[in-house]
Amino acid sequence: MNIELQNIHKYFGRVHANNDITITLNAGQIIGVLGENGAGKSTLMKILSGYQPADSGQILIDGQVMTYQGPRAAIKAGIGMLQQDPLDVGAFTVLENYMFQAEGGILPNRRAAYRELIAANERFGFELDPNALVENLSIAQRQQLEIVRLLSLGVKTLILDEPTTGISAEQKQALFDALRQLASEEQLIVLLVSHKLEDVITLCNSVFVLRNGELVGQQEMPATPAELVTMMFGEGLPPPERESAQIGDVTFRVEDVSIHDGRINMTGINLRIRAGEVIGLAGLEGSGQELFMRACVGLHRIHSGEVYVQDRRMTNRPYRQFMKHGVLFGAAGRVEEGLIAGMSLTEHMALSMDQKRVINWQTAQMRIQDQIAHYNIRGRATDNIEQLSGGNQQRVLMALLPEHPSVLVLEQPTRGLDVESARWIWQQLLARRKTGTGIIFSSAELDEVITYSDRILVFYAGRVHEIADASRTTLDELGHLIGGEFE
Amino acid sequence: MANLNNTDSLNAVLVRLAFFILPIIISLAISALLVIAVDRDPMEVSQLIWEGAFRNQRSQAGVLNLFITLVLVSIGLIVTFRAGLWNIGVEGQMMMGAVFASIIPMAFLQNESLDPAAFPQPLIVGGSILLAMFGGILWATLVGILKIYLGINEIFGGVALNALANVGAIYLISGPWEPDIGGSAQGTAPFPKETLIPQISSEFPTSLLMLVICAVAFIVVTFMLTRTRWGLSLKANGLNDRSALLLGVATDRIGMSAFWVCGALAGIAGSYRALFTFDSLRPLASGGIGFLGLLVVLLVSIRIIWVPLVAFIFAAILSGSTRLRISLQLDSSLASVLQGTLVLLVLLSNGARDAWFRRRNTTQPDQSGEI
Repeated sequence: MNIELQNIHKYFGRVHANNDITITLNAGQIIGVLGENGAGKSTLMKILSGYQPADSGQILIDGQVMTYQGPRAAIKAGIGMLQQDPLDVGAFTVLENYMFQAEGGILPNRRAAYRELIAANERFGFELDPNALVENLSIAQRQQLEIVRLLSLGVKTLILDEPTTGISAEQKQALFDALRQLASEEQLIVLLVSHKLEDVITLCNSVFVLRNGELVGQQEMPATPAELVTMMFGEGLPPPERESAQIGDVTFRVEDVSIHDGRINMTGINLRIRAGEVIGLAGLEGSGQELFMRACVGLHRIHSGEVYVQDRRMTNRPYRQFMKHGVLFGAAGRVEEGLIAGMSLTEHMALSMDQKRVINWQTAQMRIQDQIAHYNIRGRATDNIEQLSGGNQQRVLMALLPEHPSVLVLEQPTRGLDVESARWIWQQLLARRKTGTGIIFSSAELDEVITYSDRILVFYAGRVHEIADASRTTLDELGHLIGGEFE
Repeated sequence: MANLNNTDSLNAVLVRLAFFILPIIISLAISALLVIAVDRDPMEVSQLIWEGAFRNQRSQAGVLNLFITLVLVSIGLIVTFRAGLWNIGVEGQMMMGAVFASIIPMAFLQNESLDPAAFPQPLIVGGSILLAMFGGILWATLVGILKIYLGINEIFGGVALNALANVGAIYLISGPWEPDIGGSAQGTAPFPKETLIPQISSEFPTSLLMLVICAVAFIVVTFMLTRTRWGLSLKANGLNDRSALLLGVATDRIGMSAFWVCGALAGIAGSYRALFTFDSLRPLASGGIGFLGLLVVLLVSIRIIWVPLVAFIFAAILSGSTRLRISLQLDSSLASVLQGTLVLLVLLSNGARDAWFRRRNTTQPDQSGEI
């Protein structure tokens, strides 16, 4: 299969998301698609996989003009997309999900499907139990299932959107091996959309780079990270600077805390955070780190133990009380939790800026305009928050924070952000650390945890292991720890 | 480029206008077809509705009386809708307003030693209205507790409490507040004149006091929604309560306060039904006005500025349609058919308009934030 995208244009209102993009994809290639947030790569992939139509331009498959509408039609044409969060049904078993949408009418052949799954396991080294419920699978296993399912539907071009987020080093290796095998043995085209340059460098034969909706470069691999960054941003970024900060007194204490939810039981967790200290929480998704963070700020119930802010007992107090005492929480899903779709930037500012009963809209507007300039936010005061890109939404969240919070508790503060945006966020966070703010953050990116933390807590199935000096650990060691090898 | 933008925005305005006018025309056409189907002339029907509403001062006052209750509950419902709460229990809150407003008049009726003329009328009426507000708030609080602290959907809680309010009123009418002449559950004995809300004149029987209360409620609630942190918090809570919580909104308190405001206004509306419309407590005194308020709020898409106009048109059509039975032997529920069709088509049209704009890509990137 060969695919040609010719003169693709796509507009979202005033934004020209894809501007005259022409590329050719040949069978057997693994191609990286790079670009900062808002560069237009997701739009292009959604057009290719049928999730949205182009405004103009055409897609040719083996020289034939294709006019499919919708992802189902795209799959029929041989193009399937694996989303970052796979589109599966949690209440179904692996086998049921595998058979979902398959040919076979109302009585599909379960036995044949079962055999196919087992064969796929053997071929790619996957670990898919056909009878397991999908909701109990890890992200990596769900990806494996979706790949196998798409292949069974006859897909010859596989698009993967950030597939290595939230999976361990071994799982990543297994995924990459399977993709290489598919490209070489079955002549599949594999498109990898990723912010992680090392993944692209490891896996891909070539890359396309988009910037502001335009195709700005194509490069055969190998290439160095610096070369790719220059193509993405126009100029090389300085490496992150990590200045040592003055560590002050203990501002936040968690003593012998036990937390339970349906899946995880955590007991006897202790943590002390000092002013200016950064503590990273590492672990595979669902290992308890995010539950712990929420319990720390009153968003999840603590069964026993105590939480103190300064020396004030705050166990199980509502989140508002934590806010009042300078402890602020930032959730990973920015528009689901943190920002409000349907409200403008000015309205967000008015809600956050003070507690006065009557709103001074003029002040709110002036203040958000100042912050837009200060934080270099690409958006206007009157824009609704959902009109901004992910990176700009994160900047808005930073702009809404008070000047000197005592402790910031942040779930994956750079999730889904490109290198530049992620570095910018850390610049802001480290500036606050200098003024005495303690930071607890979680991240699926182990290098981020190592780079920015003073100490690290590793979570595995509710158990916690502390690395007292983050600068003395390695990616390899941390990779093993998040897999549960504590001893 | 500027010209292109101007043409685009002009087109967008024209499309919006079309999506606004079309459902009105279609619902009028459907109602006209219904009228034709039963061998009547649609023009004659509309003429009769107009005359029924505005032919003289008494009929005009009738429209205003319906308008007063409708606009009060609609303003209250705007508040709960803004907070993302479907306060279907407004009917019961109105009913409890009527019940609580009847306490003072019933005390005079049942206690011969008390002479209402010995008390200043503003005190009696003011006290009754305050009690009605309390009754409405009490009932709204129950829905609020069920919703906010026990996680029971406000629609289910509201429906149950509506039924309970009606049963409670029937119990009072056929029990402790039964008229001396015997219980037929038709209503209490007429309240003493001094306990009733005064009318402007017998030729124009409506209440200036209540019109003033409506105006004040409209101005205050509009100010609160657009200018205060409370109003913005309601909006935040209605759009995304999890984010609102993280932005510092006391989501439980804000939800409860929305119920209170709605309950208080529904209570006042209920008092008007008991102390003006019927001069007594009747079963089902709320008369479906709470539900009609829901239609008004749906029709105006929670924009308070349009509430008085739409409530007035609804009141005029409903009030005017009573003449249909007399003159054409047509049931006045034709007006309800018109209103129901209109609301349904407006909602349909809003959905179609949004889909149309989405397809035209006049919206920005999807919620993933990526483009």
